Amino acid sequence: MAYTRREFIRIAGAGAGAAAVGSGLASRWWGADGDPVPDPGTDGDRVVPSFCELCFWKCGILCHVKDGRVTKIVGNPKHPLSRGRLCPRGTGGTGLLYDPDRLKKPLLRVNGRGGQSFREVEWPEALDRVADGLKALRDKHGPEALALYTHGYGGSWFKHLLRAYGSANVAAPSYAQCRGPREAGFRLTFGQGVGSPENTDMENARCITLLGSHLGENMHNTQVQDFALALSRGAGLVVVDPRFSVAAGKADHWLPIKPGTDLALLLAWIHVILAEGLYDHEYVEKYAVGLDKLREHVADKTPEWAYAATTLPPEKIVETARFLAGARPASLVHPGRHVTWYGDDTQRTRAVAILNALLGSWGRRGGFFLPAQLPLPKYPYTHYGTEPKPPADVAKGHNYPFADETIASGVCEASIPGTADYDIKGWLVYGTNLMLALPEPEKTKQAIQALDFIAVVDVLPAEITGWADVVLPESTYLERCDELDAPPWRVPFAAVRQPVVEPMYDSKPGWWIAREIAHRVGLADYFPWKDSVEYAMQRAHAAGLDCDVMKRDGVVVGAPAAITIEDGVEPAFDTPSGKIELYSQALADAGFDPLPEFTPPEEPPPGMFRLLFGRSPVHTFGRTTNNRFLSQVMSSNELWLNRRAADELGLADGEQVVVVNQDEVRSEPLALRATQRIRSDCVYLVHGYGHDAPGLRFARGRGANDTRLVTRTKIDPLMGGTGMNVNFVRVERRQP
Amino acid sequence: MTGNLEVVTTRHNAAIDPVLSAWGWEIPVYLFLGGLVAGLLILGAGYELLHPDRPRSRALRAMPFAALGLLSLGMLALFLDLAHKLHVYRFYLAFRWTSPMSWGSWILLLVYPVAFLHGVGSLTAGQRETLLARRALAPLLRPLLRWADRARRAVLKTSVVAGLGLGLYTGLLLGTLAARPQWNTAVLGPLFLASGLSTGAAFLLLFRLDEREHDFVVRWDVGAILVELLLLGAMLLGFAAGDRSAQHALYHLMGGPWTSAFWSLVVFAGLLVPLAMELIGRRRRLPLAALAPALILAGGFALRWVLLVAGQASSFREFP
Amino acid sequence: MTGPRWAMTVDTRLCVACKACVLACKAENAVPDGFCRDWLVEETRGEFPELHAQNRSERCNHCSEPPCVDACPTGASHVAGGGAVLVTHDKCTGCKACIAACPYDARYVHPGGWVDKCTFCLHRAQRGDQPACVSVCPTYCLDFGDLGDPDSVVSHKLRERRFKVLHPETGCGPNVYFLE
Ligand SMILES: Nc1nc2c(c(=O)[nH]1)N[C@H]1C(S)=C(S)[C@@H](COP(=O)(O)OP(=O)(O)OC[C@H]3O[C@@H](n4cnc5c(=O)[nH]c(N)nc54)[C@H](O)[C@@H]3O)O[C@H]1N2
Ligand SMILES: Nc1nc2c(c(=O)[nH]1)N[C@H]1C(S)=C(S)[C@@H](COP(=O)(O)OP(=O)(O)OC[C@H]3O[C@@H](n4cnc5c(=O)[nH]c(N)nc54)[C@H](O)[C@@H]3O)O[C@H]1N2
Ligand code: SF4
Ligand code: SF4
Ligand code: SF4
Ligand code: SF4
Ligand code: SF4
Ligand SMILES: [Mo]
Repeated sequence: MAYTRREFIRIAGAGAGAAAVGSGLASRWWGADGDPVPDPGTDGDRVVPSFCELCFWKCGILCHVKDGRVTKIVGNPKHPLSRGRLCPRGTGGTGLLYDPDRLKKPLLRVNGRGGQSFREVEWPEALDRVADGLKALRDKHGPEALALYTHGYGGSWFKHLLRAYGSANVAAPSYAQCRGPREAGFRLTFGQGVGSPENTDMENARCITLLGSHLGENMHNTQVQDFALALSRGAGLVVVDPRFSVAAGKADHWLPIKPGTDLALLLAWIHVILAEGLYDHEYVEKYAVGLDKLREHVADKTPEWAYAATTLPPEKIVETARFLAGARPASLVHPGRHVTWYGDDTQRTRAVAILNALLGSWGRRGGFFLPAQLPLPKYPYTHYGTEPKPPADVAKGHNYPFADETIASGVCEASIPGTADYDIKGWLVYGTNLMLALPEPEKTKQAIQALDFIAVVDVLPAEITGWADVVLPESTYLERCDELDAPPWRVPFAAVRQPVVEPMYDSKPGWWIAREIAHRVGLADYFPWKDSVEYAMQRAHAAGLDCDVMKRDGVVVGAPAAITIEDGVEPAFDTPSGKIELYSQALADAGFDPLPEFTPPEEPPPGMFRLLFGRSPVHTFGRTTNNRFLSQVMSSNELWLNRRAADELGLADGEQVVVVNQDEVRSEPLALRATQRIRSDCVYLVHGYGHDAPGLRFARGRGANDTRLVTRTKIDPLMGGTGMNVNFVRVERRQP
Repeated sequence: MTGNLEVVTTRHNAAIDPVLSAWGWEIPVYLFLGGLVAGLLILGAGYELLHPDRPRSRALRAMPFAALGLLSLGMLALFLDLAHKLHVYRFYLAFRWTSPMSWGSWILLLVYPVAFLHGVGSLTAGQRETLLARRALAPLLRPLLRWADRARRAVLKTSVVAGLGLGLYTGLLLGTLAARPQWNTAVLGPLFLASGLSTGAAFLLLFRLDEREHDFVVRWDVGAILVELLLLGAMLLGFAAGDRSAQHALYHLMGGPWTSAFWSLVVFAGLLVPLAMELIGRRRRLPLAALAPALILAGGFALRWVLLVAGQASSFREFP
Repeated sequence: MTGPRWAMTVDTRLCVACKACVLACKAENAVPDGFCRDWLVEETRGEFPELHAQNRSERCNHCSEPPCVDACPTGASHVAGGGAVLVTHDKCTGCKACIAACPYDARYVHPGGWVDKCTFCLHRAQRGDQPACVSVCPTYCLDFGDLGDPDSVVSHKLRERRFKVLHPETGCGPNVYFLE
């Protein structure tokens, strides 16, 4: 028994009873100064509601300000996306605001692009330089030769600028490198994508099925809340992931699938559900077309057939099919978000959509709700002129008929002369670090070198700023007001981003930068507002919202709306047939498989592993890896490698390794995590590390950059998404 | 990582993770000097109590003052270890009976006057005269000497008790910190006391003692070393018979990171070799008379150092 | 006995190891860089593919028999209202006896010279607020409340769920309960 020593001293002390009493008295008597409860004093003397920009989910926050400094950021209980809670990153806004490496002044490049040498200038000179660039571009190549890359909520001003300027080349890596295939797959099936924030009613689901989507590591706040609420109410959970993700650790069934074979599993599930009649007959009858063709299509897609592809035991496939069908219609097969994996992604997510249709979950409680939205009238400004030329995001001779947004990687390629219908000659980059976000970074560099002009608006000296002719330092989200946020959601609402503190350094808010550029290129009419606050309040007022309440609470929430069939809404399907298209005539007409067809992915060569990547809950891509506050709980990525595979390679847990891909690109060194939690045919690392920008003094040299290893992609023929999980690597001990 | 358990933790607190290292060199120095002083007091006072009429060497007479100096050095080490040195007075605004650290601070306060009186009473007639010749000292010193002489036996007894308290306390300080399986053993108090006696003896042996004093001290030293060996054996057996955390503690000394330091420095060079030398030396006077005491002193420090670092590294946690 | 008996429950089935609790604590309590009052332990047991994971948000257990308080020579470490174990900064000498005495390694030396650790956010509890870590947690897996009140959430959870405390063999009587 362990604690004998302590008993001993207590008994010995008690034996000296008088001493004991005396000691009690003595310490109390002498310690007359008392024991006050310590208060760290981080409550603000001012609390400003706003919304977060540490990722793209836009949760409501309350910012405590004391003596002019933001002391802490907490969740806004009134905001429907945060409900008073935050993901780990949300708390870390101070780490961005007070990042000593922030861009502090406008910069002009002094020698070659990528050379990272700049001189500081005043705003007028920088803005004039941008305006000169844009005017020259317009005169020489036409306005469509200008492209805007934008990711993040401040980008709205620049999108507006580009439309006014006359270009449709507005792209974000959050489409063709992220959720594009899912939007296309769901649109083809239900006539509507799932959007962001997704219209999943996870909170009320009785069964959740995740394919890859690593909720809990992928930390979109409301989703994780809903996920946990569902689990706490006893929802079943099926997780399909080659890695024992955090979510897999909570699953009733973890299916460690062979990477790239999810479509085979989905078809086999559909097979079982149709064969055993487990689908929602009434719902399918009423809302869907193509059941017979589907039935025929999956007749031979048996669990045994899928076993060969997926390595998942047939019994397990049957068992899980029954398990998730048993909970219908409150059975949600999650559509995923980052789904650009293997180039067959639209077809895979279409299979997800079809499966959901069979479960009758679209429009149902515990499935996909039909979101409500607060209508916000536009601020009255001059109408855009003639329609711009269609974007040049598709290489000559190609066509991605089901793309519904501009393809960022395509715009990049169109900057390499002669590739597309017309050349892109200038870039504006707002809030996206293309060097880490776009695959094949060497191609991105090649494209940039061919440009006449490139300007970057950022808050940090990220890699992309090193390639800019002009770098414009934006104020962070805590120092500015942006567009109102009123997304389609389970309750209609509108939220405002308010400046919490004055802009630090010589940084300026995006609305101001965009307006100043517009003024200089003769587009002043499009920016009639005094400032973004006036703009936002005008819109709120026009929508009949109480501006004082909005400023005070940060959000105005509308009346709850009916959002499910159970509530009495009738779903409408914006498809050619007006119904859910299990079978897609549109696909057939365009020469694609009208029903998803599985093709096995290429196998990794012997001695190599498939390279997979994902999220860490405390970071957003590479945008927070320089955040010193957040980095206190994670300051580098690690390479996950199956423990037995590591043993075979003679590599030990924790040792420094280098990853080398099929094209002999070597990664930066990183620590090995030899673990049981991953299959032995793939390796995994968190995206966003391995920075080499000299200005990122904290992040630089930490961990490895997965993007550099993505030297090839498999393009989704339907919508142009860049499947990135198609690279193979070997793992070597770091040479000293 | 043990067996099929994988553990990842985000805690990386300095001096706590991956293994506790809150206490550095200061604490073993303090424990070592505290033990040594305890040994000096016990042996010095014991010898006089047992043989009140034997003449005593200058070295033995001066011993209490050496003890005071060494104790002050120890306390300095302890002071240096404090993270908030200005708050040191807080030790004396409280007495917390559950805290050996508190006992210790009060025991230290007791040892000072006792050792001082012990020392003052041990001054030779010549020394007394020289001191009394100083006009400034005389009025204070004269009554003090008179009192110290009159209460000599009581002073000596108190000195033994204070020494025992101090010696035991240096072990109990760690021994009551049951959070560390390595320290969670009843042996630590008596072990540090025995080691204190032995190092005290060794320290005395570095000086010119007379024949009978020398024999007395060596006899006690041999006894203390034998007791130490027994207690160390009991400690290891106790760990071996204990639960998982005790096994972990055992592993530290039997196969783990501190094995060689423990067996070579503490057991072999610090106990067995000097023991053998002393046993042989009783019959034949060996050259290098200072070697055995020096080894004992080094071994005594090594004992505290090894047990301190290994103890901090031992844990209830399932992962090392 | 009167007054509350503070306790915390951690639902390990819901915790996703996101560390929001760690960061919220750092912000609320101005925990110095490089230190934390709460932390995550992610355990995986078993052999691929039969794996079992447990995520625990850990912190000081505010033990009923706190050895850290016993070990403290100055009374700086003490049991405050509701059984929370606190450190009074200006009584602390930084002797680190309490650190060595805590089997959970929940304490650390604050660069200011005192020993610091989780306070159960008593400054918030006093005004009826939940601790920072509890109120941020996006999975609602943390609860804080009065064990003496049979109707409190923590009492309910401990009645309804299987739970464990960390290393009960130490005999410290931890008051952070891990629901399994
Ligand atoms: N904390 C945090 N949260 C984020 C973000 C962030 O940066 N940080 N980013 C947000 C954004 S924009 C997005 S798009 C999402 C992305 O988040 P997700 O949509 O969840 O990303 P995925 O790439 O689908 O998920 C990666 C997981 O898929 C597994 N996987 C890899 N290959 C396969 C496969 O072939 N089959 C299956 N079944 N699984 C596979 C990996 O092991 C890993 O667990 O996260 C969002 N949430
Ligand atoms: N290899 C690989 N590539 C990927 C992914 C992957 O997992 N692996 N994931 C893909 C996915 S899902 C997505 S959504 C994309 C995301 O790609 P990006 O949206 O490009 O994400 P980040 O790389 O984080 O770039 C964000 C940039 O915005 C800057 N920024 C942050 N806040 C502000 C602000 O307030 N104003 C301005 N002006 N700038 C700001 C940051 O400093 C940083 O430079 O990447 C895709 N690309
Ligand atoms: S999910 Fe997290 S990072 Fe994203 S907006 Fe919400 S709180 Fe901010
Ligand atoms: S915030 Fe909640 S879910 Fe996240 S790690 Fe902490 S306890 Fe777990
Ligand atoms: S966990 Fe440690 S610091 Fe907290 S009360 Fe228990 S013993 Fe003391
Ligand atoms: S370090 Fe401070 S709180 Fe801890 S035992 Fe010492 S005085 Fe007490
Ligand atoms: S209760 Fe307060 S001090 Fe303790 S871990 Fe939670 S936030 Fe930190
Ligand atoms: Mo994304």
